Amino acid sequence: MAEAAVLSTGSSAPPTRRRRNWVPYALLLPGLLWLVVFFVLPMVTLASQSLQEGNVDDGYTFTGNVGIYVDALKQYWPQFVRSFLYAGTATVLALLLGYPLAYFIAQKAGRYKNLVLVLVIAPFFTSFLIRTLAWRTILSDDWFVTTWAQKLHITDLLQAVGLTANDSLLSSKFAVIMGLTYNFLPFMILPLYTSLERLDPRLIEAAGDLYASPWQTFRKVTWPLSLPGVVAGTLLTFIPAAGDFINARLLGNTQTTMIGSVIDSQFLRVLDYPLAAALSFILLIVIVTMVSVYVRRAGTEELL
Amino acid sequence: MAWIKRHLISFAAIAVLVYMLVPNVVVAAFSFNDPKGKYNYNFNEFSAAAWTNPCGAQGICESLGLSLQIGVIASLTATVLGTMIAFALGRYRFRGRSATNLLIFMPMATPEVVMGSSLLTLFLMLGVPSGRTAILIAHIMFCVSFVVVAVKARVATLDPKLEEAAADLGANPTQTFLRVTLPLAAPGIAAGALLAFSLSFDDYIITNFNASPSSITFPMYVWGASARGVPVQVYVIGTVMFVLTLVVVMTGQLISSRRNRQVA
Repeated sequence: MAEAAVLSTGSSAPPTRRRRNWVPYALLLPGLLWLVVFFVLPMVTLASQSLQEGNVDDGYTFTGNVGIYVDALKQYWPQFVRSFLYAGTATVLALLLGYPLAYFIAQKAGRYKNLVLVLVIAPFFTSFLIRTLAWRTILSDDWFVTTWAQKLHITDLLQAVGLTANDSLLSSKFAVIMGLTYNFLPFMILPLYTSLERLDPRLIEAAGDLYASPWQTFRKVTWPLSLPGVVAGTLLTFIPAAGDFINARLLGNTQTTMIGSVIDSQFLRVLDYPLAAALSFILLIVIVTMVSVYVRRAGTEELL
Repeated sequence: MAWIKRHLISFAAIAVLVYMLVPNVVVAAFSFNDPKGKYNYNFNEFSAAAWTNPCGAQGICESLGLSLQIGVIASLTATVLGTMIAFALGRYRFRGRSATNLLIFMPMATPEVVMGSSLLTLFLMLGVPSGRTAILIAHIMFCVSFVVVAVKARVATLDPKLEEAAADLGANPTQTFLRVTLPLAAPGIAAGALLAFSLSFDDYIITNFNASPSSITFPMYVWGASARGVPVQVYVIGTVMFVLTLVVVMTGQLISSRRNRQVA
């Protein structure tokens, strides 16, 4: 070690050990500038657009019309509520489905671990839209409803709980929530897997040795240690699900319209920019508020 | 009974895996269908027509080409920008660190529909025309954060002593970076780039806000087709993408496991 130090000080241009202060800033600058100009600045123009009045042909002028927010909420609160309900249900379902699989990959898969992990990620690299269209094909098959449900006389019950609409699985609430759960499941599984992989299996053995039942072991050891993954996974599932409209449009009906769909059509078809911008801004504010409260409650500040 | 109870988690995991893979199986099966009518809903008759003529549906291969082009440019740019940020976060102490973390986290915590629509308002105000450039700007923006997360995870596991050793052996900072740090961080960078490509290639919502009629990406083509009737070629491309991903990821894992064995 001493020799190396002598050698390095003896060379003509000794490497400076002191970290140069400007280096991190130079590394950050291009990327952060990109995010500031194309992510932060648009939020400002979005807010500004919502407070303007006018039309596409004659242009817009800033009038500070805050009333647009009241109108937007009055008109579209059912879609907002529905989006958060669907996204919340899908998140809970994804957690229930994703946890066993993540646990299996992290602790039980052994030499098949990498293979299963690839199978979890692979669908994620295939087009989201094509897979959702495949669900449309699967759900359009009315075999279940026409044979089983009618034999068991539960068609009305299925309709009432939203599992079917007009005696078809497709175009029901169930189809939309199932689609959301399916599409965002990898976002739940990967963070869960990361935290469960770090879990030392000896802790589980120790709990068993100390006469904890499997359920107690889960409640007191596994679950608390996997909490960072649960927080990250639920956020990564809930946020995109709340703004999604692809599942609602491809698998749902007019009664299952979500807020993303309204924003999309107000912007691109109706061309009512102020209203669309107001709706989009409300969605942003609600999500940011929910996320910050949730993260603080869950106590995992360092998510990255 | 005890056996079933002991393997309950494994059964649940396999059931979930089946749920995740069923659509891919359906896509593969229906790529060999000769559909009756314009909707590819019921399996009518076996046919490999779409496989022998994948560009047979009008506009499909043009849109695929555009998506590949945008995906490559956007993921490469985002990988460079994101890797630089990840190194700054993983290797240096500096002021404004938590603000940087927040700025990286925010795009991942914002619904796509909000990002797409807000960019549209910016472009409207600045008079930037919608189309390929606007799509590229948007894609680079939402990919950067994911690259940062992937690369940072890898940089965090690197032993700083290796870099110190290189410096002790007389390597200058550039040599140290190119011959020690970068090769060690490469798996993280590759994972980030792959993730960025898939996010860009697959994006519909943000793209739709910034596209023009002359810039139809593959997801936009599929979306349009879902209303008119989906050509079988879409299922062919879906199947090829799935198989290709499996091959690429498995080869990558084989290489890395072989390398690990050599090191060991």
